[in-house]
Amino acid sequence: MSEVSSATAEMEAIKKKRHWPPELNALIGLIGIAIIFEILGWAIRDQSFFGSLTRLKIMILQVSIIGIIAVGVTQVIITGGIDLSSGSIVGAAAMISMSFAQIGTYPKAVFIDLGWVDLPIIIPIAIGLGCGLLAGLINGILIAYTKIPPFIATLGMMVSARGVAKWWTKGKPVSFPTDEFAAIGQGMTPVIIFLCVAVLFYLILRYTVYGKHTYAIGSNQDAARMSGINVERHLVLVYTIAGTLAGLAAMVLAARGLTAQSGMGVMYELDAIAMTVIGGVSLAGGRGSVIGTAIGMLIFGVIISGFTFIRLDAFYQEMIKGGIIVAAVVADVYRQRRRAMES
Amino acid sequence: MSDTILETEDLTKHYGGVHALESADFVLRKGEHVAIMGDNGAGKSTFVRQITGVEQRTRGKITFMGSEVNFAGPLDAREAGIETVFQTLALADDLDVPDNLFLGREKILVNLGPFSILDYRGMRKATEEGLKKTAVKIPNINNAIRNMSGGQRQCVAIARTATFHSKLTIMDEPTAALGVQETEQVENIIRTLKDNGEPLILISHNMRQVFDLVDRIIVFRRGRMVANLMKEDTDGQDVVAYITGAKTGAEYVGAP
Ligand SMILES: Nc1ncnc2c1ncn2[C@@H]1O[C@H](COP(=O)(O)OP(=O)(O)OP(=O)(O)O)[C@@H](O)[C@H]1O
Ligand SMILES: [Mg+2]
Repeated sequence: MSEVSSATAEMEAIKKKRHWPPELNALIGLIGIAIIFEILGWAIRDQSFFGSLTRLKIMILQVSIIGIIAVGVTQVIITGGIDLSSGSIVGAAAMISMSFAQIGTYPKAVFIDLGWVDLPIIIPIAIGLGCGLLAGLINGILIAYTKIPPFIATLGMMVSARGVAKWWTKGKPVSFPTDEFAAIGQGMTPVIIFLCVAVLFYLILRYTVYGKHTYAIGSNQDAARMSGINVERHLVLVYTIAGTLAGLAAMVLAARGLTAQSGMGVMYELDAIAMTVIGGVSLAGGRGSVIGTAIGMLIFGVIISGFTFIRLDAFYQEMIKGGIIVAAVVADVYRQRRRAMES
Repeated sequence: MSDTILETEDLTKHYGGVHALESADFVLRKGEHVAIMGDNGAGKSTFVRQITGVEQRTRGKITFMGSEVNFAGPLDAREAGIETVFQTLALADDLDVPDNLFLGREKILVNLGPFSILDYRGMRKATEEGLKKTAVKIPNINNAIRNMSGGQRQCVAIARTATFHSKLTIMDEPTAALGVQETEQVENIIRTLKDNGEPLILISHNMRQVFDLVDRIIVFRRGRMVANLMKEDTDGQDVVAYITGAKTGAEYVGAP
C-alpha cells in the first residue's frame, strides 16, 4: 500500500519537475523585478518605468552587446566550463578590427597604411571574428588537450588578450571607422544581431548533434567519452564559438562608439556569466538554455536601467550588481545540492 | 576456429605500478554466455575496458570475429558490434532516455557535420521499440535520467545495449543496484539473448544468477584468470574457493 502511494508520489514529483524548467524561475524573477521598479517609479519619480519606449530601447541596447557574449558563455557553461576571457577578447578584437576599418584618409593608428583607400568592410569584419576565433581556439586547445582547468586557461587568456589590446596601438585609441563599419553598431542593429545570434544558437543547441553533445559533456564527461563522443574536439569547438561571438560583440561595441580603446570590455565576462547564471544555466554543467540566458540578460537590463531611473548612485549600482551575481550563484549551488539530495 | 567470437591473448593492463590485469587468455565461442567472477578489485572491469577500447592495453592481442582489432575508443568497439553496459552506466543525467540510448550515434535528419539536425521522432520511436523488446518499463522516456531511480537508470543502460543488434554483449554488474523485480527483468533480457544465440560476457557477484544464466564461469583473482569452469563441472563452493584463493585451477598451477 505505502509502496504504491510513494511510487505515485514519486511520479507526481517527477511530473512537477518536468513542468518547472529553470527558465520559468528566471521569467518569474524578471516579472517580479519589473513590477518592483514600476512601483518604485511611481513612488519615487511619479512616473511609469515601462511607460517610456526610449528607456526600454536604451535598456535593451545596453545589454544586447554583452548578450551576444553571453550566448557563447552559455554554451561553455553548459559543458561545465567557464570563460573569463570574453571581456579581454572584446578589447583585442575591437582594437585590431577597428584599425582595419578606419577611413582611408585618416592617419592610421597602427603601421597598417594602405594609402588612401577604405578597405572593403568584409576585411575588418573577418579580422574581428578571426581574432575572437583564434583566442577561443587557443582556450579550447589548452582546456581540452592540456587538461588545465577552464578557469585557469581563460584567466591566462584574459590577461594576454588585454595585453594584445594595449600593445596593438601602444595604448592609443583607434577612431573614425568607415560609415559601413559604423553601421554595425548604429540604431537597433546591435539588438537585431543579438536576436539572430540567440535564435541561431537556441536552435543549434536544441536540434543538432552539437547541442546534444554539449549537454552530454556537461552532464557526465566520462559517459560522453564512453558513448564515443570526441570530447576534446567538441570542447575546442565550443570555446572557439564563444571566442568568435566575443569578437562579434567587439565590433558591434566599437562601431557603436565609433572608436576602440584598449580598455573596452573590461568586466564584460562577469556580466555575461551573471546573465547566464541568472537565466538558470547551471555552473555544474548540463543544464540551461539560450532562452534562459536571454531572460537573464533582460533581468540584468531592467536592474541597471531601473537603478538609473530611480537615480541610485553608480557606486550603489555596482555594489548591488555584485550582490546579484553572488545571489544567482548561491541559488544555483542550492539547486544543485537539492538535486543531489533528491537523486 | 570460425566459431570463436572473441579471443584475447596475453591481455595485460598496468596502471603505473598497479598490475590490474595480467596476461589474460580468454576465448568466447558462438552463442556462448560466460560469467566473470572475482573479488572487488580483481580486474574484471579492467578486462572489459581493454576489450571495449575505453583504455589502451599495456600489451596483448584481441581478436574479434576472426580478425585482430585495435579499438581506438568505445565507439569503434560499438561499431564493430560490441555493446557494453559499463559498471558506471555511462549515462548523461541531464538527458532523457532516447538521448542516452543514441548518445554518440544519433539518428540524423540532415547531415551538416557537427551541426547535423537530430531525428528526434526516429530516436523516440526506436527507443519505444527497444524498451518493448526488453520489456523494460520506464514511466516517461522524456524525463531526464537524473529523475529516475537507480533501477530505472540501470534498465536504461541495459535497454541501450539491447536496442542495437550486437555481435557481443558485455554487462558489468548489471543487476548490482536492482530490486527483485528489475533483476528478473534483466535476467529475462539475458535469456532472450541466449535464445537468439547472441553471445554474452556477464560480470556478476551473484552466484545464483551466474549459475542460472551462463554456460561457463571464469574467475579472476588479483588481475589473473585463475579458473575456467564449465557450469556442469562446478558448484558454488568450488567457485568461492577460487575467488578467495583457496584453490587454483589446474592449468594455472605454477603460474607466477
Ligand atoms: N584508472 C585506474 N588507475 C589506477 N588503478 C586502477 C584504475 N582503474 C582500476 N584500477 C585498479 O585496478 C584494479 C582492478 O580494478 P577493477 O575495476 O578492474 O576491479 P573489479 O574486478 O571490476 O572490481 P569490482 O568488483 O569492485 O568492480 C584495482 O586494484 C583498482 O584499484
Ligand atoms: Mg568492476
